Amino acid sequence: MNYHVNEKGYFGDFGGAYTPEMLYPNIENLRKQYLDIIYEPKFQEEFHQLLKDYVGRPSPLFLAERLSAKYGTTIYLKREDLNHTGAHKINNTVGQILLASRLGKKRIIAETGAGQHGVATATVCALKGLECIVYMGEVDIKRQAPNVARMKMMGAKVIPATSGSKTLKDATNEAMRDWINNPVDTHYIIGSVVGPHPYPDMVARFQSVISEETKKQLKEKTGIETPDYVLACVGGGSNAMGIFYHFLDDEDVKLIAIEAAGKGVYSGKSAATTFLGKEGVLHGSKSILMQTEDGQVIEPYSISAGLDYPGIGPQHAHLFKVNRAKYVSITDDEAIQAGKLCAELEGIIPAIETAHALAYLEEMTFAGNKTVVICLSGRGDKDLNTYMNYFDL
Amino acid sequence: MNRIKQLFERKKERVLSIYFTAGYPELDSALDIAEALEKAGANFIEIGFPYSDPLADGPVIQNSSLVALNNGMTLEILFKQLKDLRNRVSIPLLLMGYFNPVLQYGVENFCKACADIGVDGVIIPDLPMYEYEEMYKDCFLKNNISNILLVTPQTSDERIRKIDELSNGFIYLLSSSSTTGKNLTVSAETDAYFSRIQNMHLKNPTMIGFGISDRTSFDKASQFTSGAIVGSAFVKFLDTPNALENFPGFIKSIRA
Repeated sequence: MNYHVNEKGYFGDFGGAYTPEMLYPNIENLRKQYLDIIYEPKFQEEFHQLLKDYVGRPSPLFLAERLSAKYGTTIYLKREDLNHTGAHKINNTVGQILLASRLGKKRIIAETGAGQHGVATATVCALKGLECIVYMGEVDIKRQAPNVARMKMMGAKVIPATSGSKTLKDATNEAMRDWINNPVDTHYIIGSVVGPHPYPDMVARFQSVISEETKKQLKEKTGIETPDYVLACVGGGSNAMGIFYHFLDDEDVKLIAIEAAGKGVYSGKSAATTFLGKEGVLHGSKSILMQTEDGQVIEPYSISAGLDYPGIGPQHAHLFKVNRAKYVSITDDEAIQAGKLCAELEGIIPAIETAHALAYLEEMTFAGNKTVVICLSGRGDKDLNTYMNYFDL
Repeated sequence: MNRIKQLFERKKERVLSIYFTAGYPELDSALDIAEALEKAGANFIEIGFPYSDPLADGPVIQNSSLVALNNGMTLEILFKQLKDLRNRVSIPLLLMGYFNPVLQYGVENFCKACADIGVDGVIIPDLPMYEYEEMYKDCFLKNNISNILLVTPQTSDERIRKIDELSNGFIYLLSSSSTTGKNLTVSAETDAYFSRIQNMHLKNPTMIGFGISDRTSFDKASQFTSGAIVGSAFVKFLDTPNALENFPGFIKSIRA
């Protein structure tokens, strides 16, 4: 089974480039050049140098002994929370800013939900001295004020998206509209494995450094480079794609993607796309999408702004359809409890997005001692308010 | 023969098309507006079916789409409303909207419904040429529905030739790479772009849309093409008092 993109931009039935003609020249230009650019030796050298010296990679693979004891198995945490800016998002923005420079683009736009991708974009724009405009839903601007301040401090302009639900989906619409209106000098740094081809594949490749390192680190620690299970949370799905990537072709590795069930999968307040969605087209690709019978996109809900997206990347849709990865869901309450447990047992406060992945340990049963790797995609500083309100801290 | 082809054979210049969103301002406005537009002198009509995420549209059509959805508009309801279309309207009529509602309705069912009602063509900006040709072209052709493709100033000559080959009806030239509802800025660059297309002597007629809002922009567009399409300016006009009775005045304000 092939889990990768074909020459037409499809993962099985999903993907493609469903964009208006206005975006065609940019997308086509990217499609033709992205592989040549990113695998050029000088690019790779610069990319890995920045990941090492600026981001702080490799991120540690940490044996979580107390969590392991609690669940009766061996649990490793891949510490993306220790990256500069506090999440995996920066792996992709470092790659795309180098790409944008090589394409001769002067102006960078991005969308952001929780603000993590916005911050990671503002960061690399400051590093390279490029103009940065971040679209962020008006609602998210209010609930993620510290990240808005961080972006502004690094010189980015944050523009509120005031249409629709005023969250991530609408910020993405606004970023696409900006790109339509500024097709020549602008590069759009999409933050997840979504959007028209080649974005899902390109972002996955930049994030694949997570599983590349995990393999090496496991080998050093255990003598075997493959775990039994890999767990990651999924909104659009970039950290999950990153930690799945180099394990895709090893069918013995069980991949588990955890979606946000919000207040319950069927409560009407949920973002559990594979449970609630069907095939559809949004933001330039065909994937699985939460929508009405008439094809209108349904506003998702999750306590975590980073999982609050009505679709998943097309590669995830493919992995789901062909059963290569298992897609499950975790509610707000379960996630928050798992976040607190991780803080108490390991001294690590995870992002609420990440806490969804940790919560799934409660549902698993292990026959014997298995090796489980969880992508600790981000740190929880940005979520302290939510934790404080929930636990009355 | 398809009404669009008949129109362009008969009328080669200063063709005026008007766009509006179905379900706006009221759920059942569409047919009344279409009928009044024909009486007022519009040469053809584009009816938008609303989508929750209209990413090629500016604020005016974003708003009309949102109101229409809140009014309960769906493709199924629109097709029901248009059942009597051809008893009331004789000029060509196109549907315009995003691909996802069409995909959910079923592309085949959608084409059949259009043919049954007497819809002549569709404009689906986010259904790109490759996907159209590979997966859906036969279905459109079989039902005699013209799929109108877009061209922007950044579209290469080679791609325009290919679009011309695949088109049957007309080619929709965007006045600039932009979302809907911006005003056409006339410059040496836009003139050069329009002339470049004119000099390609395409087999299909061309119409200019996006940014056409008044007499100046309409006249400009008509110098180079068969005519122009007005969207956001008309949707805005629908908000004025007694709009329905004043269509002739609106049409005159665009095409003297």
